[in-house]
Amino acid sequence: MSGAAPLWTVLLVPVLLFAFGYGAAAGTAALRARAAGTAPAAGLTAPARESARLLVQRRRTIPGADTLLWRLGGALVPVAAVLAALVVPLGSMAVGDLSVGVVWFNAMEVVLWAALWMLGWGADSAWGLVGGYRFLVQGLSYELPHMFALTAAALGAGSLRVSDVVAAQEQVWFAVLMPAAFAVYLVSALAMAFWGPFGTPVGRDLAGGAAAELSGVDLLVLRAGRYVFLAVVAAMAVPLFLGGGAGPLLPGWAWTLVKTAGVVALLVWLGHRLPAVRMDRFTEVGWVVLVPVTLLQVLVVAVFVLTR
Amino acid sequence: MTETVVFAVCAVCAVASGAAVFVVDSMARATFALLASFLLTAAAILLLGLSYLGVLVVLMMIMEMMVMAVFMIMYMMNPAGLMPMTMVHNKAGSLVVSVGVFLLLAAGAVFVPWPERTGEPPADPTLALGEAVMGEHMLVMMLVGLVLFATMVAATVLTTHRGRYERYGDDLRRESPDDPIGGGLDR
Repeated sequence: MSGAAPLWTVLLVPVLLFAFGYGAAAGTAALRARAAGTAPAAGLTAPARESARLLVQRRRTIPGADTLLWRLGGALVPVAAVLAALVVPLGSMAVGDLSVGVVWFNAMEVVLWAALWMLGWGADSAWGLVGGYRFLVQGLSYELPHMFALTAAALGAGSLRVSDVVAAQEQVWFAVLMPAAFAVYLVSALAMAFWGPFGTPVGRDLAGGAAAELSGVDLLVLRAGRYVFLAVVAAMAVPLFLGGGAGPLLPGWAWTLVKTAGVVALLVWLGHRLPAVRMDRFTEVGWVVLVPVTLLQVLVVAVFVLTR
Repeated sequence: MTETVVFAVCAVCAVASGAAVFVVDSMARATFALLASFLLTAAAILLLGLSYLGVLVVLMMIMEMMVMAVFMIMYMMNPAGLMPMTMVHNKAGSLVVSVGVFLLLAAGAVFVPWPERTGEPPADPTLALGEAVMGEHMLVMMLVGLVLFATMVAATVLTTHRGRYERYGDDLRRESPDDPIGGGLDR
């Protein structure tokens, strides 16, 4: 139940991530089409058509923009997602099975804080700046509960190595053993990918927020990056809480893909169903409800580990 | 050999991006130049085999620099820090002092007679470092951490000008608190 995969699998990581990202985008488009009363099947090709449109659209340049930070911010979103995915195992193999895989994953996630703020700042636009700051507030609200959720999984396995976390779930999945941590992980996954109810940093009330001035290929990179990020946080839920590649009949890698697709579908559906959450409200919920809940969850897991 | 090259590149780039903090004319760029310097330093920590500490430095530095960016820009003298600025007052003096301090510290690192390695590196360098730094004092360190945290909370409570009387009225009878920004729980 371990092992670093051969080096060529590095190329497989972005391919799989983009496939899941495309699936998430297509699912969203289908859900939106159904809600609008048009044929949902057209949603399946909608991301490809939209990408083609953005690729030929002229790239916007703005006087006074901090182009270096602006472009860097957009590029960091998909790059951070791929880097975070390096420790996510497919079946029993991960590209890099680091001894501190869980911390690595978390560190790559917070790159998004810098990325979104750079995007918002760089455009020299008030809407963008407000969007960037909104994401920082969002980050400060979800990050501690998220870290404690990760801590609970690592504590249950007694290791920060992702393959050890998977191995520790042979008897019972951590989603069953620590449901509060799993629920908080899913909430923070939505918040991290600024998706659905947590999409206000790029919200319509801000004329697009951090993405307000983006167009053409820059907008494509951000949108694709966001779906890829959604895919990677969903993929990490599988080894952390859903037993990794464990399952009957099918091989490990297939189960990993099936479970990841399930979590992506859940996140896409939740994002479509739930109304936007205002950050002045969620901050208090995060600190007054989610932090104590996850702390108690960690305590329960610690006691369980000690008495096992 | 590879390690030496990586270290050299990271070291030079860390110093360069550190210097860039004082060259660039925007607070945002200064923030990210400083962040780059920290991240390159994290690479040096990773080279020592301290993987946990190295990745933790990446994690914490990104988070704290983003929070820092908010405050750095908030406290700029020009509106929101949006105008061109410089981090340096008294350019010549600050240049002399900073180059002098850098040379002094670098000389210390280069000329100190470092001891020869005896024995092998430990299997888990992070654990070994933790025991070398903390050793028997783990309990004290944990208590100090708690005291520090309590101090921060207490300082925040003491400095905030709004208490429960402002929120719930002089006789504390108000049904829901009167806050400038409503929270999500209505308490």
